[in-house]
Amino acid sequence: MNNYWRKGEPFIWGTAAALSLTLLLAAVLIIVVMVNGLGVFWPSKVALASLKDGQQVLGEIVRREPVYEGVGERLQFKVGNRDLYGLDFRWVDEAAIASISYPQQATVVERQEYGNFIGLLQSVQAEGLPTAATPWERLQAARRLVVEQQEGAEEQNAELAGLNIRMERVRRKLQKLAYAGKTADDEEMARLEQRRREIDGAFEQLVDRQASRIEELHRTTATFAAIDGSERVIRVADMVRCFRPNAMSPGQKAFFYLGKLWELIFGEPRESNTEGGLFPAIFGTVMLIFVMSLFTFPFGVLAAIYLREYAKEGPLVRMVRIAVNNLAGIPSIVYGIFGLAFFVYGIGGSLDRLFFPERLPIPTFGTGGILWASMTLALLTVPVVIVTTEEALGAIPSGVREGSLALGATKFQTLYRILLPMASPGIMTGLILAMARAAGEVAPLMITGVVKLAPALPIDGTFPFVHLDRKFMHLGFHIYDIGFQSPNVEAAKPMVFVTTLLLVLIVLVMSSVAIHLRNKMKKRYAYRTF
Amino acid sequence: MIETHSVTAPNPIVQVRDLDFYYGSAQALHGLNLDFPRNMVTALIGPSGCGKSTFLRCLNRMNDLVDGARVVGSICLDGTEVNTADTDIIELRRRVGMVFQKSNPFPKSIYENAIYGLRIAGIKERAVLDETVEKSLKGAALWDEVKDRLHQSALGLSGGQMQRLCIARAISVNPEVILMDEPCSALDPKSTARIEGLIGELREEYTIIIVTHNMQQAARVSDYTAFLYEGVLVEFGLTKDLFVKPKSKQTEDYITGRFG
Repeated sequence: MNNYWRKGEPFIWGTAAALSLTLLLAAVLIIVVMVNGLGVFWPSKVALASLKDGQQVLGEIVRREPVYEGVGERLQFKVGNRDLYGLDFRWVDEAAIASISYPQQATVVERQEYGNFIGLLQSVQAEGLPTAATPWERLQAARRLVVEQQEGAEEQNAELAGLNIRMERVRRKLQKLAYAGKTADDEEMARLEQRRREIDGAFEQLVDRQASRIEELHRTTATFAAIDGSERVIRVADMVRCFRPNAMSPGQKAFFYLGKLWELIFGEPRESNTEGGLFPAIFGTVMLIFVMSLFTFPFGVLAAIYLREYAKEGPLVRMVRIAVNNLAGIPSIVYGIFGLAFFVYGIGGSLDRLFFPERLPIPTFGTGGILWASMTLALLTVPVVIVTTEEALGAIPSGVREGSLALGATKFQTLYRILLPMASPGIMTGLILAMARAAGEVAPLMITGVVKLAPALPIDGTFPFVHLDRKFMHLGFHIYDIGFQSPNVEAAKPMVFVTTLLLVLIVLVMSSVAIHLRNKMKKRYAYRTF
Repeated sequence: MIETHSVTAPNPIVQVRDLDFYYGSAQALHGLNLDFPRNMVTALIGPSGCGKSTFLRCLNRMNDLVDGARVVGSICLDGTEVNTADTDIIELRRRVGMVFQKSNPFPKSIYENAIYGLRIAGIKERAVLDETVEKSLKGAALWDEVKDRLHQSALGLSGGQMQRLCIARAISVNPEVILMDEPCSALDPKSTARIEGLIGELREEYTIIIVTHNMQQAARVSDYTAFLYEGVLVEFGLTKDLFVKPKSKQTEDYITGRFG
């Protein structure tokens, strides 16, 4: 027994237990997210429940739980039809159900607005479709037709957007001239006015064409009946998807699942972000981290080089080092507020007054944007890079340093030919930590440029292609937004899990790439003696 | 008071006069006077902490890197004073090469290691570089072992090969003097024998100053030997004289293994 204590047996058990507990908690978190997130897009069966009082309920069974203060269980149906019933969900006591069946005809329509419609297809109103076919076949044909027509509409949209941008440019030039004291009889002013009228004309024409087109599109409709008998006419153009889950084979379901995944990753959000894709948020998150790395990496590395290689060791350097370490402990919201005050209002506001006075009072850089958010995050993560780079430089055997100097190399030559390559794996580690930390930050972003729904991506086809002044979407903020700020929290829940899963995956992918790079460097520069 | 001997050697390349070394307020070397003869091997011996390495590192001003180190006195290389503030240290280190106790190849290819000195001097001509690699690796008796893998990492070599690569690296810039700080202390006997043989060959072209703990090694490889004790030069003379009939009692005690 004495031996048992002397060998530290309980201590070893304690260490193992601490590690297991940490791993277990992390694993549970990931598993919960995965279980809830991965199943979201699998089309679940639509159940038709006939109640004992003669009512009928049609919907997906989402949850089952014991009745509060009673016997038996109750079922939660996702009945959809928010426009008819006001709510997507309905609880039914199991005791009140006479029978449950899964009718083949039950149809789920994913709509652009108001969520899903669950009901039965009655008829399709469209021109130029074979009349002999069943309503379901006619609906499929109608949808193909509408998709074709919509593609044309998209081209027009792009054209409209282009005109808009040109008009805005002309307007700004006019404003600039007006500020410069030019009057309407100035030659340049007159020329610009003329251009403005031309663009206006083209714009009007295009809008008219667009309107007639949309009207035509909206003529193709389908009539559905909800289970309580009420009818609903749904425009085919408003349908995102239309499927009969009870009649689908597993293969079809898998295909459907992949389609939804595709939409998630490459699609735009709909329905105040609770449906559709996350592309702008994914893009925003990744770009934010990249732009942040552009700032944090050089600044961190340079600062660390100065601290370690050039600064004379003394009380001042020690104090700076402690301060840098402590920077990592400041709450991130404080960085956010600093970013808002210094970058957004200070630097951004000055830039606006200097370079974009014609746009004021509408701010260009004087408002939150991806540039300022990235710089704020860079500030937040730069201590991590400084500390790891300093450690990496310090860990290089002094013999190598002396070997280089003894051959007549200067300190600078030694640094960039020998020390930096050797420290690169360590520096990469710092960058990985910084990126992981940045990917998870939300608070400072909320006041420096993140928005619920960004109208355009920070990179697109209009000159100058990279718009660092634009506001952006972010997966972390997205989780907060749809999980806690959405008008329909219950319906948004699956999306919260999916978004979380995606954020975790992105962090995983980015750090895997970085770790792979680091291992390659390690292999090249690892210093083994004997 | 320890009796000191100052010996002037024929045809000296390095002349040290009244050299004091302070580390902060502690004095590590006390008034050394010593000449290192040209194209000879001079061994510095003495117990641990006697200041051999510190002395060696004064000769190529490596002590400049140490915070709080101060060197007072005169060191002349070929008649030019080098222990002054305006000495070109880069130039000095090119003329006085150094091989360290622990082999320290750079994490680069064997080729790049061998021409590092030329690279930092800004020499880019391929022919010159190739020629130097061959010449210096041959000079370090390493060429035959590595000529087929010049572009592989130097870190894949054995300990003895690494040390010979460091010697090749040192001679690649054609120094006048090579300082060796216990170059064999981390090597097995076979590698040690090779390096000792190499030192004998290098003596034809270079002046070698070697610090060693190994009395037999000093006797085997050196022409002159200096014995240091507690920062003071106790005895300096031809190796064969110093080992056979030392003038000082301390030297005798040390080389016969009575202390140290």
